Amino acid sequence: MKYLLAFMTVLLLSAAGAAPADSPDPPENVVTEAAEEFQVRRAIDLEASDTPEDAGGSVRLTWRMETEGIAPDSLGVLRSDPSGAEELIKTLPEGFVMYDDDSAEDGTEYSYRIVSYLDGSTEACSDKAEAVSSAQWIYHGRIGMMIILILMGAVIVYYIESSKRGKKLYIREIAGLTAVDDAVGRATEMGKPVLYIPGIADMDDIQTIASIVILGRVARKTAEYGSTLLVPTSRSVVMSVAQEVVKEGYLQAGRPDAYNRENIQYLTDDQFGYAAGVDGIMVREKPAAIFLLGTFYAESLILAETGRSVGAIQLAGTAMPSQIPFFVAACDYTLIGEELFAASAYLSREPKLLGSLKGQDAAKLFFVILIVVGVIAATIGDYWSPLKSFAEFLRKLVTVT
Amino acid sequence: MRLIIPLAITFTAGIIMILNYFIPHQPFRLLGDNLQDWYLIVASGAIFLGAANLMHVHFRKIRLKLKNWKYSPVTIIGFLVMFVLGLIYGVVEGKPFDYLFLNMVAPMGATMFSLLAFFVASAAFRAFRASNWRATLLLTSAFLVMLGQVPIGAMIWDKIPLAKVWLMSIPNTAGQRAVMIGAAMGVVATSLRIIFGIERSYLGGAD
Repeated sequence: MKYLLAFMTVLLLSAAGAAPADSPDPPENVVTEAAEEFQVRRAIDLEASDTPEDAGGSVRLTWRMETEGIAPDSLGVLRSDPSGAEELIKTLPEGFVMYDDDSAEDGTEYSYRIVSYLDGSTEACSDKAEAVSSAQWIYHGRIGMMIILILMGAVIVYYIESSKRGKKLYIREIAGLTAVDDAVGRATEMGKPVLYIPGIADMDDIQTIASIVILGRVARKTAEYGSTLLVPTSRSVVMSVAQEVVKEGYLQAGRPDAYNRENIQYLTDDQFGYAAGVDGIMVREKPAAIFLLGTFYAESLILAETGRSVGAIQLAGTAMPSQIPFFVAACDYTLIGEELFAASAYLSREPKLLGSLKGQDAAKLFFVILIVVGVIAATIGDYWSPLKSFAEFLRKLVTVT
Repeated sequence: MRLIIPLAITFTAGIIMILNYFIPHQPFRLLGDNLQDWYLIVASGAIFLGAANLMHVHFRKIRLKLKNWKYSPVTIIGFLVMFVLGLIYGVVEGKPFDYLFLNMVAPMGATMFSLLAFFVASAAFRAFRASNWRATLLLTSAFLVMLGQVPIGAMIWDKIPLAKVWLMSIPNTAGQRAVMIGAAMGVVATSLRIIFGIERSYLGGAD
């Protein structure tokens, strides 16, 4: 019994806590660390600056969060105007370290703070940062590109003018484009249709535009020869444009009666659905000539191999580097990259178009020289600093941000 | 007028987009953004044209009993089923439209994609025949790259994976970049030709 009473006494004493005189104070740094552990993290290193390369009316805020303490529920962005009135302009989820205030007025200096919220109340606050918003007139990271574009435009204009004055311009033979007439002629002789596939991209893709330009020439040729032209498209806008272009081609060839609107049809926007649809047309209609010109992705080889299996002469062209090997392996002729864009000028032989083509070649030569000079400067620059600076200048010139 | 109006529209829109690329200041940014919105509106409207064309072509095939007309009902039924289900139940997760998309459309797309493996094999067989020195070079490179990609390559000779990395990162990258630079020049020249009205054949041969 006495053991039980002694045990109860000890238990009661320990539950009541030790007497103050008996317990020494904890070291101060232990108290501070414990307090920090239960403090809500606040934003630190807050920086406010005018949002770069914009039309004004925007201030960019960046900050870091403290790493110790309790994570806040959310963050609030507070803004004070010159009158001193402060307002909450945005509540952000925890984890954000950047915010663009797009409601700023140009020329007004604003002061910003980031507050940390926990359970709906403000628990911590950052230091203040000030900024004034302003509009920029030019993208600084694109000045080099602008200079190059102006130079290129000038060279193209120069060659167009030279061509208009009657200067003979040499354009190398492009086998794929020379074969356009042969392919249409073959289809005519065999009494089979010509299948034209303008890629799977929409009209906002320059390759599709280039393809549509070639389609106009092919349509005129099929109208002259009396062949059937089939154009399945994967985009509605492309279908509408292709219908008009083919119609005009038939009109120009003096055969508007031969134009059949149903031959230019929309299949589907789905990539492989389109590939399946076109494959079906190939297998059923057995075209004698197939043109694959435009933007292609993984469906390129599916289309080209099916076309090959039906015995058609195939002419392909794309600027997609990853698809070119597939076309080279499966098609009779392949327009590689820039040749697709040269097709219109090459086929029409109009002086103005040929001049622009020559200008394009001159611009390419300029870039080749730039690359060679840049490589030499960067290589030798490791041993001779002036060349290193020159290489850096070239790098900045051609870098677009 | 039939020629001038489209050329004027093209020129104005093209110049605005070029200026929008280089100048962030208003009104160019606003105009550029608006033009892009307009394109989206036109493209969204054109989807009805596409759907109408699809139905017209296939109903006509059935009506006139044209060649292979028996495939057309499949297209029409498929289109209408998806269209009606989408309208009634919406296209959100768990609804019939989503169910059909995940269990019919997606597997059929994957089936088409899987055909690529066989087509790659047949195309590679033709391309890698050592008919001349260039094809032999291609064959050798491809053989090294394939060997370097699998463990047996390193087991045969530990330098084969290094040769593969060199082939892919030096000659292959150089070739791809050459194509890209040429294509970029082509893009710029074609764009300038169209914007300044030198290239007009996209207007339907109105040159």
